Amino acid sequence: MANAVEISGLKIIRDGKVLIPALNFSVPSGKIRGLLGPSGSGKTTIFRSIVGVQAIAQGSVQVLGLEAGSVGLRTKIGYLTQSASVYSDLTCEENLKYFARILGTSEISVDEIFELVDLGANRKQLASSLSGGERARLALATALLGSPELLILDEPTVGLDPLLRMELWKLFHRLAQQGKTLLVSSHVMDEAERCDELTLLREGKILATGTPAELKSQTACDDMEDVFISLVGAK
Amino acid sequence: MNVKRIFATTQRILSQLRHDPRTLALMVVAPCLLMTILKYVYQGQPQTFQHAAAAMLGIFPMLVMFLITSVATLRERTSGTLERLLILPITKLEFILGYAFAFALAAFIQSIVVSSVAIGPLGLKVAGSQLSMIFVAVLDALLGLAIGLFVSSFAKTEFQAVQFLPVVLLPQLLLSGLLAPVETMPGLFHFLSHFLPLTYSVDAMKKVMMGQGSFTHDFELIALFLFFFLAAGALTLKRKSK
Repeated sequence: MANAVEISGLKIIRDGKVLIPALNFSVPSGKIRGLLGPSGSGKTTIFRSIVGVQAIAQGSVQVLGLEAGSVGLRTKIGYLTQSASVYSDLTCEENLKYFARILGTSEISVDEIFELVDLGANRKQLASSLSGGERARLALATALLGSPELLILDEPTVGLDPLLRMELWKLFHRLAQQGKTLLVSSHVMDEAERCDELTLLREGKILATGTPAELKSQTACDDMEDVFISLVGAK
Repeated sequence: MNVKRIFATTQRILSQLRHDPRTLALMVVAPCLLMTILKYVYQGQPQTFQHAAAAMLGIFPMLVMFLITSVATLRERTSGTLERLLILPITKLEFILGYAFAFALAAFIQSIVVSSVAIGPLGLKVAGSQLSMIFVAVLDALLGLAIGLFVSSFAKTEFQAVQFLPVVLLPQLLLSGLLAPVETMPGLFHFLSHFLPLTYSVDAMKKVMMGQGSFTHDFELIALFLFFFLAAGALTLKRKSK
């Protein structure tokens, strides 16, 4: 399968305001695609349409060959929301085990995932007492459960230190090598360079898509920060 | 329907309660305390205490579960965990049943303790069996849960959710026959009381207390209300939103 996500003619209206006018967007399988854009540009809305929780006015969203929101996709997509959606009044372990049981994955994978996100020492800690970064990692852990084919990660590395960020990006690349598809939004430009391909978004419209190198040569800029400013800032 | 996912949800909710011992204590201690106050308020009128206590035994579980459910489901909605769950293989029915079993168990424990305190130290005389009393109490708790689930979808914040208590439950309380027998109320109120679930809870409890008449009719109507509100609540759990 060529594209893990295939969006065509997507239109989304909220409270009478057109958030996404007409979006055509695709994500190739086995790649890490970054989605960049100022806040309010529609990144989260696009993610929500892909996981099938966004009411759409027009257009089609195909995910792994099925219509977004199909029952067949329920075990195939891992979704990390921007505000870490975990149960504050449960421990890390209880959180992960609950989501694992809902997915029907084995408890062994829970142990592996604790290692992956480096939360082994916090297993018995209540989620409410975690730091912001730890909480984000716990939410990431729930998204990784059941090794989904498609990972939708909304700002996965916000509030994390550079070392941990590097570790997570290594993990993301490992997952892509295994054939998983990752769609990642970020605000941090040095992270953008770690993606295989980037899409820049403004006001629900795509400004540019390409590899980091392509975008740099296109704008004649040396670093991603300038690329972003030159593409997003241009009216 | 997958029993494992229902059970996992029930266990998850019970774990959440376990991590919140204060809520657990309040759930059991508060009704006992209120029952004790009731006993001494009606010190000179043991007959009135009998009637009020019977009604209260049906009202407590409904009130408590209404509050807990509306706040708990609202928290699931606002924290994003509900949306997170609904994109996973769990169905809405499994989610609701998970809640129902967890809170039914909590109501079961609550009603064992409260009815034992009422019958024991407080000297409440029950002609029927304590078991039927607990049965009615658990049924009332589930009704409270169903109404709470339904109502929580109309609230955007926990502040609003709590405000639904006086709006939704207190009128029912006034018209349920707790304060005055339903038959003595003015025509319109008497008529209205037939459409309010709490009326049947109070009636069922009184029947168990006096050991007179069967509460099958009450049971049927409470079950009907229960299914209605559960179905309405399930409809408010939407996978897609704007």
